[in-house]
Amino acid sequence: MDLKLFLLIPVVVAILSLIPFPLAFIRSATLTGGLICLGLAAEISREVISSSGPVYSGSWLFCDGLGAIIILLVAFVGVTASIFSWGYIKDSTSPKGVLQVRRYYTLFNLFLFSMYAIPLLRHLGLIWVAVEMTTLMSAFLVGFGDTPKALEAAWKYVILTCMGAAVALFGILLLYWARRLSGPGPFTWQGLISSPTPMSPAIVRVAFILILVGLGTKVGLVPLHTWLPDAHSQAPSPVCALLSGVETTTVLYIILRLIPILSRLPSVHSDTWFMGAGLLSAGVAAFLLLQVRDYKRLFAFSTIEHMGIILFAAGLYGTEAGFGTMYQVISHAMTKSFCFLAAGTVLTAVGTRKIDSVRGLARAAPVAGAALIFGALAIAGAPPFAVFIGEFSIIRAGLSTGHFIATGLLAAFIVLAFCGIMTRVNRMVFGKPDENDGKGPKTLPVSNLAALIIAGIPVILLGLYVPEPIQKLIGLAASAIWR
Amino acid sequence: MTDQNTASFAITQANALTCGLFLLSSFGIVAARQVLASIRIFVLQSLFLAASALLLGIHHASLHLYLVSAITIVTKCCIIPYVLARLVGQEQYACRELSQALNIPFSLLVAMILSIFAYYIASPLLVAGGNVFARLNLPVGLAGLLLGALALGTRREAIPQVMGILGMENGAFLAGISIAPDLPLMAELAAAFDVLILAVVLGFLARHIHQSLGSTEVGLMADLKEE
Repeated sequence: MDLKLFLLIPVVVAILSLIPFPLAFIRSATLTGGLICLGLAAEISREVISSSGPVYSGSWLFCDGLGAIIILLVAFVGVTASIFSWGYIKDSTSPKGVLQVRRYYTLFNLFLFSMYAIPLLRHLGLIWVAVEMTTLMSAFLVGFGDTPKALEAAWKYVILTCMGAAVALFGILLLYWARRLSGPGPFTWQGLISSPTPMSPAIVRVAFILILVGLGTKVGLVPLHTWLPDAHSQAPSPVCALLSGVETTTVLYIILRLIPILSRLPSVHSDTWFMGAGLLSAGVAAFLLLQVRDYKRLFAFSTIEHMGIILFAAGLYGTEAGFGTMYQVISHAMTKSFCFLAAGTVLTAVGTRKIDSVRGLARAAPVAGAALIFGALAIAGAPPFAVFIGEFSIIRAGLSTGHFIATGLLAAFIVLAFCGIMTRVNRMVFGKPDENDGKGPKTLPVSNLAALIIAGIPVILLGLYVPEPIQKLIGLAASAIWR
Repeated sequence: MTDQNTASFAITQANALTCGLFLLSSFGIVAARQVLASIRIFVLQSLFLAASALLLGIHHASLHLYLVSAITIVTKCCIIPYVLARLVGQEQYACRELSQALNIPFSLLVAMILSIFAYYIASPLLVAGGNVFARLNLPVGLAGLLLGALALGTRREAIPQVMGILGMENGAFLAGISIAPDLPLMAELAAAFDVLILAVVLGFLARHIHQSLGSTEVGLMADLKEE
């Protein structure tokens, strides 16, 4: 199958969104494009499983087990976010409003395009360009509300992540240099692993640290995480689902891809860097979680925490930890996108982001309340949800490799974050609703419910049982990265 | 000394001069007192980057580096200043003192420490391999990256922050032309396009911020934080 279709379809839909067709057409085109990409992602996963190796398309694109997982995640969240957008991004009658909706859908599709490009591209230089594109295409989606706060968030987002990208670019160029010094060959993931002579550890060490810091900014690793809660709380909720659920994951994918290169050079001590950075992010985010007053920021900090957990697990460098990492990547993307859709539903129902002014959602807005408590339990890592199993297997892998103190700390941070999330959400969902606001509960759009139901299915399903194709993909990815 | 050696010596010396001027312009981005000045210094810095790419192109006889040089001049010296001027409007361009988180003498002191740090980081890498060009371009490029980040951190005005980011990228490219001169053209073109979009996006955002806040002093925006 031609992998170019993943890049072609979103661009075509983005161009269609610019033509003055009725808005309903644009919305259904976006949804159809998303569904086609999801179908293609399933098809490409089948091909990857049956050949149990990478599938190539031309000299620029490829897809293997890890890439197929990322593409499936992007496509799935793309579909749920476009369904959710249907009712969330309101129809407008003024010409300026219509133009804004058009711009939203154009950028939405271009944003998807840039996220498909990252796992598909082979050349690191182009991957860097794709990473920059994800920021630039989503900048106006973050600032979509055009309020001073949204603009502040968008500005911080672009400035900090582009600064990170410049640092990562330096690292990627150094990596290219190291690869060139060790003999001829292409500057692709495969070419980096199979260099004729080992690459110079001195250069690779600096390159790795620059890439980790640079792309870590985009992933939301502490200390360059400050833009993340702002951007992920101010953006419209379907965009948050994409930002938090899959954008961070696609950038994390690049860091994961470095592992087979780094594990051949033990003097770089990349495992210590991974575990240290992961633990720091998880810890700082768990403490920051305790003092948020905005429920969208709550989930944003939880993203930072989960990125830390995943990075920690990746740094354990074992096949078992590899399974845990991949499982956690999948379950985080699914659950977090659901959480933001639930937060968007609550925002539609009550009209405020403040935790303190929301009480008794279970009675005032049952659907929003149920979705919120469901999402919160799932993301905080309560059994039997997928995140619980991921975290459990990571902790088990950490203990079995003898990292007792680090794993103990990680477990403590997970418990802290659990308490932080659950106390807030409990107060919002249960208890007596405020009677004095006088507004009746708003009716939710049908698209809103549909998106919640579709996004919720894998959250439950993955905790109870993992379908065989997903298991095979995880196995392929884990054996390719942590061999 | 043969002719070829003389020519190669001349190119090396000219490249050394260009790198020195590049480093000086990086200091300029940190120290410029006016918006317009910081854009002009950025244009100068990009010219030095283009000149270095041209010199390396002559040395390696590589058409590729000529193209890099041409792309740099077209995008960074012509299109980006024009686009920013159109998007942001005259009043922000007007000459005025910029507000800074650190005062300028102190920023320059930090900038000096950062450049020494860049040499300190780069020297062990050059032991592992590196030609006569990498010896200069790599530490100067790294210094450009760090000084751009410093400008980004100390500035409170929108356009000088953008210049900080673009300066960081210039630093990365200055190192890149010496250590990765044969990067595929596709990647170079995509990167140039990307820098262009970056300028447009940030220009548009700055314009929106100006419309909604009445100023582009982004350092004043501090609504989003934990209480």
